[in-house]
Amino acid sequence: MFKKKTKREMPEMNTSSLPDLIFTILFFFMMVTTMREVTLKVKFTVPQGTELEKLEKKSVVSYIYVGPPTDQLRAQMGSGTRIQLNDRYAEPREVMDFVAAERQGMTNQAEQIMSIKADQHTQMGIITDIKEVLRKSWALRLNYSATHRN
Amino acid sequence: MAKKKKKVPGLNSSSTADISFILLIFFLITTSMDTDMGLARRLPRPPEENQEDQIMDIKARNILYVRMNAAGELWIQDEAEGGGTVDISALKTKVLRNRVKAFVKNEQNSSKLPEKHVKNIDLLGQCFVTDKHVVSVQTDRGTPYDTYFQVQNELVAAYNELRNELSKQKFGREYQYLKDEEKAAIRAYYPQNISEAEPKKYGGS
Repeated sequence: MFKKKTKREMPEMNTSSLPDLIFTILFFFMMVTTMREVTLKVKFTVPQGTELEKLEKKSVVSYIYVGPPTDQLRAQMGSGTRIQLNDRYAEPREVMDFVAAERQGMTNQAEQIMSIKADQHTQMGIITDIKEVLRKSWALRLNYSATHRN
Repeated sequence: MAKKKKKVPGLNSSSTADISFILLIFFLITTSMDTDMGLARRLPRPPEENQEDQIMDIKARNILYVRMNAAGELWIQDEAEGGGTVDISALKTKVLRNRVKAFVKNEQNSSKLPEKHVKNIDLLGQCFVTDKHVVSVQTDRGTPYDTYFQVQNELVAAYNELRNELSKQKFGREYQYLKDEEKAAIRAYYPQNISEAEPKKYGGS
């Protein structure tokens, strides 16, 4: 009855709350991040500015990427400046269809914002073309994407 | 001796942590944390067909030209100070910003700077404002985007500073902390009239 135990076992650490912990981190990341929607086919470094505003409502924002093709694609596409809409290269006039297509999925279409993510060294000609098309397609709210500078 | 009740073995949940780790890593890879920032601008409405050849005359004193050439050099011109080239690196010393501020403000009511009108603004009462002024930005097709962006940034900065000054003076707070109707009043006092086309064609919309 009162036999002494031969060996005292070290109690195992209780890991039952570990999944909850990880789930909390997971939910945190799901909240604060956004899905990366497209694979970039152009590379760009956006300019730096001081008077920037945050893009609050992601649901009404569509992106237009402008810059030279990425290193992998340069062999086929050359190094001239390109426009990327969704997952492919496009011409300035195709922006109009893009605007219309993007607008269709939005509930508050009047608030549509076009965000231009263009490389610093892009020449204004292509930007002016895009702006002209945007104007014609009544996408008047524009955002020149940039990073903050002190 | 009575048999003890058989215990139901607990579900082995040791792998749940691994599963949620995999989910976590998936989200870390597919999402991006960067908050998108940018310079918000508004394009003018598209010209209507029947208005194409309508010419809006703007007095010379009301226009401040900011031109950029393919080499990225600036040309700033208004009636008060005439025209002159400014190097892009001079933007850091707020040359353009101060020029635009002086132009839009017209503190001395100079006859060479934009004309002032009496305007009745809610909350502010009767004000002398230069709401007819136009800052005309013109670019060459070869102008680097960065130059254009820096100029736009300076223009917005000039207006923001003017609005902040006014809102501190009138309401005692910075513009961003104002209520919506107070913001509207300040905006009516200093409207952003930046035209990116020939003013002869489209006016200061």
